[in-house]
Amino acid sequence: MASWQQRAVALARQTWAAMALPFVSLLLALLIGAIVILASEVVVPGRAFDLTLPFTAYAALFQGALGGLDPIVNTVRASTPLVLGGLAVGLAFRAGLFNIGAQGQFLLGALGSVTVGVALKEASPFIAIPAALAAGMLAGAAWGFIPGFLKAVSGAHEVVTTIMLNYVAASVIAWAVSGPLDQPTSPSPITDQVGNAALPVIIGQNGHMGALIALAAVFAVGWLLFRTTRGFEIRTVGANPDAARYAGMQPRLVVVLTMSLAGMLAGLAGATVVLGVTHHMTASFGTTVGFDAIAVALLGRSSPVGIALAALLFGAMRAGAPLMQIQTQSLIPAELVDVLQATILLSLVAHELVRRIFRLQGVKAAVETTDTIGPAYGRRPGIR
Amino acid sequence: MTSGVQTVQAPALEMRGITKGYPGVLANDGIDLDVRPGEIHALLGENGAGKTTLMNILYGLAKPDAGEILLDGSSVEITSPQDAIRQRICMVHQHFMLVPVLSVSDNILLGEEPMAGPIFLDRAGAHRRIRDLAMSFGWEIDPEQRVGSLSVGWQQRVEILKALYRNARILVLDEPTAVLTPQETKEIFSVLRRLRAEGYAIIFISHKLYEVLEIADRITVIRRGKVVGSRTPAATNEEDLAEMMVGREVNLTVDRGASQPGDVVLQIEELRVKDDRGSEAVRGVNLEVRAGEIVGIAGVAGNGQDELVEAIVGLRRPSAGRIRLADHDLTSVGARQRHRLGVGFIPADRHRFGLVLSFPLSDNFILTDYYEAPYARGMIRDEAAIEARAVRGIRDFDVRTPSARVTCGTLSGGNQQKVIVAREFEGEQRLLVLDQPTRGLDVGSIEFIHRQAIAKRDVGTAILLVSAELDEVLELSDRIAVMYRGQIVSVRDGRTADKNEIGILMATGGSQVAGLSTSPVA
Amino acid sequence: MDVVIQFLYSIPVLGLAFQLVGYLAEIVPNIAPIILQNATPIALAALCGVLCERSGVVNIGIEGIMIASAFVGWYVGVLVEPVLGGTPSAFFGATPTLLVALGAALLMGMLISLLHAWLSISLRADQIISGTIINIAAFGLTGYLNNLISQTSPEGAGAFVRFTPPKELANVPVVGWIGDMFLRQGPIGMSLIVVVIVFQVLLFRSRWGLRTRAVGEHPRAVETVGINVIWLRYRNVVMAGALAGLAGAYLSMEGTNSFQQGMTAGRGFIGLAAMIVGRWTPIGAFGAALLFASSRALGDSINFFPPSGELGNLLAQLPGQFFDALPYLVTIIVLAGLIGRSIPPAADGQPYEREQAAL
Repeated sequence: MASWQQRAVALARQTWAAMALPFVSLLLALLIGAIVILASEVVVPGRAFDLTLPFTAYAALFQGALGGLDPIVNTVRASTPLVLGGLAVGLAFRAGLFNIGAQGQFLLGALGSVTVGVALKEASPFIAIPAALAAGMLAGAAWGFIPGFLKAVSGAHEVVTTIMLNYVAASVIAWAVSGPLDQPTSPSPITDQVGNAALPVIIGQNGHMGALIALAAVFAVGWLLFRTTRGFEIRTVGANPDAARYAGMQPRLVVVLTMSLAGMLAGLAGATVVLGVTHHMTASFGTTVGFDAIAVALLGRSSPVGIALAALLFGAMRAGAPLMQIQTQSLIPAELVDVLQATILLSLVAHELVRRIFRLQGVKAAVETTDTIGPAYGRRPGIR
Repeated sequence: MTSGVQTVQAPALEMRGITKGYPGVLANDGIDLDVRPGEIHALLGENGAGKTTLMNILYGLAKPDAGEILLDGSSVEITSPQDAIRQRICMVHQHFMLVPVLSVSDNILLGEEPMAGPIFLDRAGAHRRIRDLAMSFGWEIDPEQRVGSLSVGWQQRVEILKALYRNARILVLDEPTAVLTPQETKEIFSVLRRLRAEGYAIIFISHKLYEVLEIADRITVIRRGKVVGSRTPAATNEEDLAEMMVGREVNLTVDRGASQPGDVVLQIEELRVKDDRGSEAVRGVNLEVRAGEIVGIAGVAGNGQDELVEAIVGLRRPSAGRIRLADHDLTSVGARQRHRLGVGFIPADRHRFGLVLSFPLSDNFILTDYYEAPYARGMIRDEAAIEARAVRGIRDFDVRTPSARVTCGTLSGGNQQKVIVAREFEGEQRLLVLDQPTRGLDVGSIEFIHRQAIAKRDVGTAILLVSAELDEVLELSDRIAVMYRGQIVSVRDGRTADKNEIGILMATGGSQVAGLSTSPVA
Repeated sequence: MDVVIQFLYSIPVLGLAFQLVGYLAEIVPNIAPIILQNATPIALAALCGVLCERSGVVNIGIEGIMIASAFVGWYVGVLVEPVLGGTPSAFFGATPTLLVALGAALLMGMLISLLHAWLSISLRADQIISGTIINIAAFGLTGYLNNLISQTSPEGAGAFVRFTPPKELANVPVVGWIGDMFLRQGPIGMSLIVVVIVFQVLLFRSRWGLRTRAVGEHPRAVETVGINVIWLRYRNVVMAGALAGLAGAYLSMEGTNSFQQGMTAGRGFIGLAAMIVGRWTPIGAFGAALLFASSRALGDSINFFPPSGELGNLLAQLPGQFFDALPYLVTIIVLAGLIGRSIPPAADGQPYEREQAAL
């Protein structure tokens, strides 16, 4: 039995192996972000060139994210939908599926929860909240079921179908909010408030219960994937659908089930935003959550814990961005976070090169090439 | 056995001191090899000995760590297949380098395209040249035909035409007879003899001892990356070569004893199965396998064996007919249920159906049982039980691995196959379906698996063996069924079967056509 | 004749189908130029996809290339306009500025494709992930830069002008409207059909085309006959990037004359769907692009020129957002319906390793 010192060292080594690459990617991103900030100064005329601007920007970003109870609560609020969305994408990755449709599933989940929430806004919270959440999960699951079903039955590749469904979802939202759900009291389309279906605040001024839901989801997904036979089936179908068939699994069913579960998670993300943050919906209800979720899943390497950490990182950046924009006199728009995100992802994919440059030893590859992850355009999973 | 020229000519090709290492294995260790014009030099070695690596180096697909290559006495650098072709070295690979959706002529002229102007191809000119070239061997070929619709024997002829079209003078053939019937092998040999007479320098890679003795002028044996010895056929025999190949005395034939067949275990009635493209691959097969006997299916690849096996195991739905396992009708029963009824399967494509390479060994051991006690209680997995199973399997079947938790993909081919065998052979089965069970394995693993199969037979398991290696079928089977164009055309007793007769049946299905067809009917 | 038509229209249920056909026959010649305009970016995106995938490389990032090229083309126009100025010529209203901007857009397309090629071919990253990341990066960067630049309210460089064919052409019976359709376009729209045909012929009759198709099916076989697979793939992917760049240029310099965030609206992905439906052939992809583009044009025309009678009443019940979603719904339905029979190049999406491991 190894001594506790040996075990500590082994644990440290394992942690380094898993985290080194994302960590270096983050550093690289900050560096490139600084270059972009300096370049932006040149592009936009009319101001003196300030070499310390990157520091001001990053300091503001950090302060906006973690500099006090309110900022931390904001970070957690921003991370909550990212955790759920990241789980939605990551779970699908495990089954060999690219769920680019998290955005659409998110929107449908928001719509579902706002519809039920408004209907039950006078009811007891013990009924309204679970019902609204359930409605969101169901709506999201349905939006995930469609591309899963199409893939299982006809082999239609989910990358294209889910993206198409994202656009359709935007139209559905626009129609619903301008039509049946519209409140005539306001000139622009807007739904009613959700009243008692709103998620209770548990910390600070507006840290809502969604964070707990997200945390529970992390454990649930991890348990599902690694402790259950169902999870074993999902992972096997993702790794080798033919062997899965031989093992008596049904890849097509697994595909449908996984996409529905993923949709449910993304729908839950939408529900927590509507019920926890905005408490209503407008016709242009839209956030970057759907696409951030993909980045979160990639950075977290489809593992629940990794996704949670990645979600916190991106959530922190999103939470701190407004302050950064203010403190740089709006020179640096909040979209810098998109640039940072993109750089992190690019260096993940180019992991070989990053590893060689920084001479990282014994570090696990970030985004692995799996044999079966390829565009099986005309190949239905496991059909003969 | 040279072409009668008395003076010993300078070697057309010489490889000196070739050394090449990959992570964890030294594939080539100081190998010397030379070939003279008008000579067939055989390179003999078991799977994994380093023959293909050496030829990849010659052909520019790999770079040696040390050593040099000389052509007609002067040193050359071959860093890509382009260089090799420029030096008029051409290779016929073991796994054909043909693009199935393109035509015969497109495959042949790829890389050496005749042009009508700066942009467009001169297909008509190419067609003429190809037809003439083929005719000189008596082959009638349609240059427009899609290569994917040709039989394996004809595809190999296209590969040879590819080499001749490029005015090669050094020809390397990697396991050319692996997929051929005995008759096709004879035909290839006569082609090679003719090429030899015309002055080609030919390297013939094989692991089949008697073939090498028949065709070669010189034989060089490689074992574990080193040259073990060089002989002329007159000065050696099969036992000697086998011992050089493996490093110890080898039992060339397995003593399988008489079989004691019992009741019928597997009964196939009028089975019809469609292939991926929708055409019938299995066209009315009737077959019986009894407990305690090995039935071997001999046949050229692509005559329906894969589809038949998949239908028996539950991976493919038949379109008509019945499959019975003892008194159970399997026709509408899925793969999992068949497994529970006692059907075990060693798939031909082990990376596809047999294993999940990215999972740890322990998961692979329970791949077919993961949902049952003791490996799971309801939906929850029992990791301890899973690990215990893996440890047991590793021990009982001598799988070389540091632990049960390593990723399956890190194991060698032989050990991977042992994992599958350990999984499928544990416990009792009524029926074992073995599809190409020893393909690509080293002699030690081959012996091991053959022994295991016979042991299973002797405790009463019914075994169905499908193999493209006719020798393996002849060695193990109590009864031999020949499959041709989706039908069983003959069943013979395993002990008295005549290899040549089986070969003719494999190639022609028994219609009394003497010799080989000269037109490429697939 | 009219009596027959009225009778057909009045049949319950089936009559609606006839009404629809009648409406289409009436409308299509009028909106045909618009259909081709809509189809141009989709078809160019699809051609980019065909070229990449025929070579064995999956390119999901076409949408990202398009948005980036649209942005670069527009912004370079903004930068260069004060320097080069110039009055629009008679030739599609081209100015030196526009030509420079066009070149910049093409160059951008090729650069991003080079990145994707490097990630996919040399680093052998998963190609779908690489493409997705390019999309995220392109949208992020263009969003950021657009936000930054809009603060100074820059003036654009204008756009290419559409050619107006003579009225007599449209009046030619039966086929006049087809000629009208192809000619009532800007330079990019007009060159589309030429690009499609040239590409189709080259792919199946030239040496380059043979090698490209072989590489997408069986790269190792191609390597063994002495062709450099890596180099071939790089070249093709970068060339394909120019096509996607052209699609982006169309959006901000011909279809409109400015840049909007997200102006690609999924056309890159619809282009991929067109590629699949068109069975990875240039002409097939072009046809499929026309199909998808017509669903968008049809939606608009039903909104602005609704059909009369029963059909019109029925369609008026549908909300406006339905027609916004129509192109995407049509894409899904067509893709799911036809896909089973569409077989991609065999080696599509598989990274190629030059040296084989020891056997």
